[in-house]
Amino acid sequence: MSKQRNGLNIQGKQQRAGWVFLAPAAIMIAIFSFYPIIQAFITSFTTGTGVNQKVADPLIYNYTRMFTDKTFLRSVGNTFLYLAIEVPVMLVLAILLAQLLNNKDLKFRGLFRTMVFLPCATALVSYALIFKSLFAQDGLINTIFVNLGILENNYNFLGNTASARVIIIIALIWRWTGYNMVFYLAGLQNIEYSVYEAAKIDGANGWKTFWKITVPLLMPTIVMTVIMSINGTLQLFDESMNLTQGGPAFSTITMSHYIYNVAFGRGVGKFGYASAMSFFIFILVAILSAISMKVGDTRD
Amino acid sequence: MTKKNSSAIQRRLIPTYIFLIIVSFISVFPLYWMVSAATNRSVDVARGKITFGTYMVTNFQNLTAQTDLWGALGNSFLYALVQTLVSLLVCSLAGFGFELYHDKWKDKVFSILLLAMMIPQVATMIPLFKMISSVGLLNTVWAFILPSISTPFLIMMFRQNSRNFPVDIMEAARLDGLSEFQIYFRMYMPVMKSTYAAAAVITFMNAWNSYLWPKVVMADTRAQTMPMLIANLASGYTVDYGVLMMGVLFCSVPTMIIFFVLQKQFAEGITGSVK
Repeated sequence: MSKQRNGLNIQGKQQRAGWVFLAPAAIMIAIFSFYPIIQAFITSFTTGTGVNQKVADPLIYNYTRMFTDKTFLRSVGNTFLYLAIEVPVMLVLAILLAQLLNNKDLKFRGLFRTMVFLPCATALVSYALIFKSLFAQDGLINTIFVNLGILENNYNFLGNTASARVIIIIALIWRWTGYNMVFYLAGLQNIEYSVYEAAKIDGANGWKTFWKITVPLLMPTIVMTVIMSINGTLQLFDESMNLTQGGPAFSTITMSHYIYNVAFGRGVGKFGYASAMSFFIFILVAILSAISMKVGDTRD
Repeated sequence: MTKKNSSAIQRRLIPTYIFLIIVSFISVFPLYWMVSAATNRSVDVARGKITFGTYMVTNFQNLTAQTDLWGALGNSFLYALVQTLVSLLVCSLAGFGFELYHDKWKDKVFSILLLAMMIPQVATMIPLFKMISSVGLLNTVWAFILPSISTPFLIMMFRQNSRNFPVDIMEAARLDGLSEFQIYFRMYMPVMKSTYAAAAVITFMNAWNSYLWPKVVMADTRAQTMPMLIANLASGYTVDYGVLMMGVLFCSVPTMIIFFVLQKQFAEGITGSVK
């Protein structure tokens, strides 16, 4: 890289060319990410609907309001419930699968890898609708359970709070485990085989090797997948919208889905309130990303 | 390794095989069911029929009669292709600029741009909607693509992969009288082919899958995308499973094809910038 730094005049010209190359991308991020988030912050201090926006009185009205809004609190609770259960289960399963598939003695590795990875190729709305249909009251899962005698009558899985939440979590795990596994497989393939052989000679068993070698070496990958999963889960929309429509009675609704409803739902258009809630999500994402980065750092 | 030894290893792997077969079955079955349901009548699907039926053509005809399937497919392809092309150009130029012309100030700009990764889509949705509607671009391809052309993820991916780009060649090219732009087009682009392929796969997939944003800015049925079309199919009180799964199948086929044909680039695309 130091070679570029020869000759001041030419260097100056080249550095200018560099700015020209990165300008379009930088300007677009400024216009379509940074400017809107500032706008969202400003809008969050207004009330009213559609074009009749006025400054909120008191100024933080929208922010105090959301903590008394039962549906919003429920959407936060739901999102964190999905986060707390889905992310750990999915990531542990993904590491386990990556570890199993990284075994050189395993036959049909390519085939297994393709099959575990396959759900990632399903379009997002598609898989939500597939799960919705499978778990419908007249769906396949009910038919199987009734025929096996596990259930007496067809059960309304998506119409009951607990089961609807479980199905959203199952669907998320189904869709994203293979996705995360790919990161771990790539990470595992970077670990030299000799490291494992040395561990074996030192008498470490599989479990010990996993915790003392694999996990520390995978730490950067783990931190990254944790950040991505947190980020993705806090923004869940498609599943809530299409699998359960947020129901029954808002008991499975996610934050993004509720914000969408408040801003763009049937004749609502409460942009100020929706902006306040969305700014709240932004803060959550930022805090949680910062925490995961910190945790990852100290363990290194 | 002796044969006896290797069969002992295989025997020890039996639990692993069983576990992997179960996981593979769970992974594949819903997709198999989607295809089989698309060939059956709704009543048969509801009765639990999971073998292939003879109603594929009927379901397809009903789907095209009930919805503007070709319109939505065409829209989805158009939006995803335009977004992929523009996005790859803008982000690869930036990655090229940030890595091969880097200095202190560009590195600072880069770390500021990375902060955009923390901004959730839902947080910018309302201001972006106002912005797009105020310039009269609702229901156009621009409404769909503008906010997602330049992404920190792609810029980072191109930047990280540019690390291996041979700088000496650039010097030689300059001596030969090539301009910086010519270096980008004639040397950088061909060398970075595999990064472009991986980036194209991931961008196309993201564009094809996007649902929340088009739902906000593409309200006109003539502008709707495949995910919006199938979501509408499923929103009624009575759902025709055969027709619905036919639609779901159409929405998934392009991503499936990409997955099977370009699996390596697909994996590289999602692990992209993590090298």
